[in-house]
Amino acid sequence: MYGLGLFKGLGITMKNLVSPSRQFNIVQYPNRRASPFDLAKVDNQNPISFIATHPIKTLRSLLGLETLVDRMPQHANFRGEEFAWYDRRCTGCASCAKYCPLGIIKIVTGTSGVNQQEGQSYDIDVFDIDIGRCMFCGLCVEACPYDALHMGSGFEEGKYRRSDLVINVDQLKAAEKKPSTWFRPQLTDRGHDPIKGSTADWDQVGRHEKPSLEDQGERWAKR
Amino acid sequence: MTPTPAFFISFYTLRDLFDNLIQSLGFGASFGWMAGLLAGISISFLIINVMVMSTAFYTWFERRMIGRFQVRRGPNRNGPFGILQPFADVLKLIMKEDTIPDAADKPVFTLAPIALLAPTLMIMIVIPFGTYASDQAFLSNLNIGILFIVGVTSVNSIAIFMAGWGSRNKYAILGSMRGAAMLISYEIPMALGITSVLLLSGSLAMTQIVQSQSIWFILVMPMGFFVFMAASTAEMSRTPFDQIEAESELGSGYNTEYSGIKFAVLFLAEFMAPIVTAAVVTTLFLGGSQGFDFLPGGIWFAIKMFVLIFLLLWVRSTWPRLRIDQIMGFAWKILFGLGLFNIFLVAVEFMVAVELGHTKDDGSLTTEYMLIMAAVNWMVTIIAFVILANFVGKKKYHRPEPTASPLANMGIGGD
Repeated sequence: MYGLGLFKGLGITMKNLVSPSRQFNIVQYPNRRASPFDLAKVDNQNPISFIATHPIKTLRSLLGLETLVDRMPQHANFRGEEFAWYDRRCTGCASCAKYCPLGIIKIVTGTSGVNQQEGQSYDIDVFDIDIGRCMFCGLCVEACPYDALHMGSGFEEGKYRRSDLVINVDQLKAAEKKPSTWFRPQLTDRGHDPIKGSTADWDQVGRHEKPSLEDQGERWAKR
Repeated sequence: MTPTPAFFISFYTLRDLFDNLIQSLGFGASFGWMAGLLAGISISFLIINVMVMSTAFYTWFERRMIGRFQVRRGPNRNGPFGILQPFADVLKLIMKEDTIPDAADKPVFTLAPIALLAPTLMIMIVIPFGTYASDQAFLSNLNIGILFIVGVTSVNSIAIFMAGWGSRNKYAILGSMRGAAMLISYEIPMALGITSVLLLSGSLAMTQIVQSQSIWFILVMPMGFFVFMAASTAEMSRTPFDQIEAESELGSGYNTEYSGIKFAVLFLAEFMAPIVTAAVVTTLFLGGSQGFDFLPGGIWFAIKMFVLIFLLLWVRSTWPRLRIDQIMGFAWKILFGLGLFNIFLVAVEFMVAVELGHTKDDGSLTTEYMLIMAAVNWMVTIIAFVILANFVGKKKYHRPEPTASPLANMGIGGD
């Protein structure tokens, strides 16, 4: 019998309408209507005492007037926009700039003037990432030999001008260090979750933990 | 049957009211025209405002319901459950700049929204909302009511063509060309569906059609109901047939260039159409304001309208848009044939009834014969649909074999 597919489709949409379980997966963004239970959870009260103490708020939320700001649930491996860059780990090798398929990373280094004879790392004078043209492939993160550059976890970086989308070295230094765990299994192992808001220090994000002094003494040549 | 309400707002009650008022103020009998004028103005004011407000709430209802059908939330921010959303929309549209393109045909461009809205509103004057015993419509009990509806709705295609042609925009003209072709085609099955109703009712007056439905005509001729519903869904250009607008292809079709209050009026007309269509279908096929005695007839009418609107919403939220050739094929190959077959069937049954003497004094059929007709017609309809579905479904659509692009082998064997 042909033509039954039409009615099957009608059945699916009717099931959407009548079964409440189908409506639970809806995620609202950037904020959502809050039920009294949600408000009680925010206030760290149990629902009954919340309803007793805040009758007006309860009534407003039942009328759909109370909203809660909610972050979208997303994976910790999400390749976001705010790059997490650790300048103490960065040597200025510019591997990220060389690997970038779009050529949007610009690095200018200068000598730092300290311990030049010992091969101390360069100072980064310019580190521009044009995220207006970035495709968030993450190849720069893969390329970094010292685990200094990480993808971020944010995505709400809308700006009014294209020129505002170029991140310079000061912004990178000042940015909150919430690295995404993408291509960084050591962060995943440690249970680091940028979405929940945990930051990571420069000595936690590398491929090795910070070696103890004995390890350092064994591994590195005595000078 | 159903008790007549003590007061029903109609043209005649209002005219009598104003007539008494004018007489009591000391004007003579020569001022009778004034009563008619005042009554007409006030009833028009009433109808327009009621329709606009109900359309506003209908847009909210439609968006909420389609949201739930498609596992979304509808508008839920302005006011409780988003009920103030239509007012926010209208406020935004009124405050927007009302642009007219330089190359546009300005009078045509300006008149098109009015030409689209007016017929939709005019249909409401012949719909008998009152109890069917008392022959009451809002403005007038026209004896050619259904013919009036068919004539007035035909203006829609002109209005849509005006909108597309006047705005001098390629998407608009494409949408309105499709619209003209589609609306004119679908008027034929719509008229065929109406004709089968008229065969049984024996009158063009809407009140008479309601009175003749001792069995609802949806039971007596389901095929006619299907044909009329499909055609009227196409007439108001909603989703299975919304090639006129086709947001994903034409950038909103005939209303591409409209903004501000003109767009609001177009939008209003478009969303008023389902309400009006539901009212017409209720009158023609669902027995109008017939019902049980514990509720007044107007409430029964509203309930039936609501069920039909829900049906239209359900279909709209589920089925995808058809291509323009599929739409035209559906009109001419399927609906046209079904409509003619339905008329033939009903006419033969009517003749048999006359031969066997199953008619009442006023020429309409007896209830028992209508029940027999209903049984026969349901069987015939189901068989016809199964045959049709198999006939249409068996047709194989051959996809052309993909051929390699000559550019794919560039440099190999090329010159």
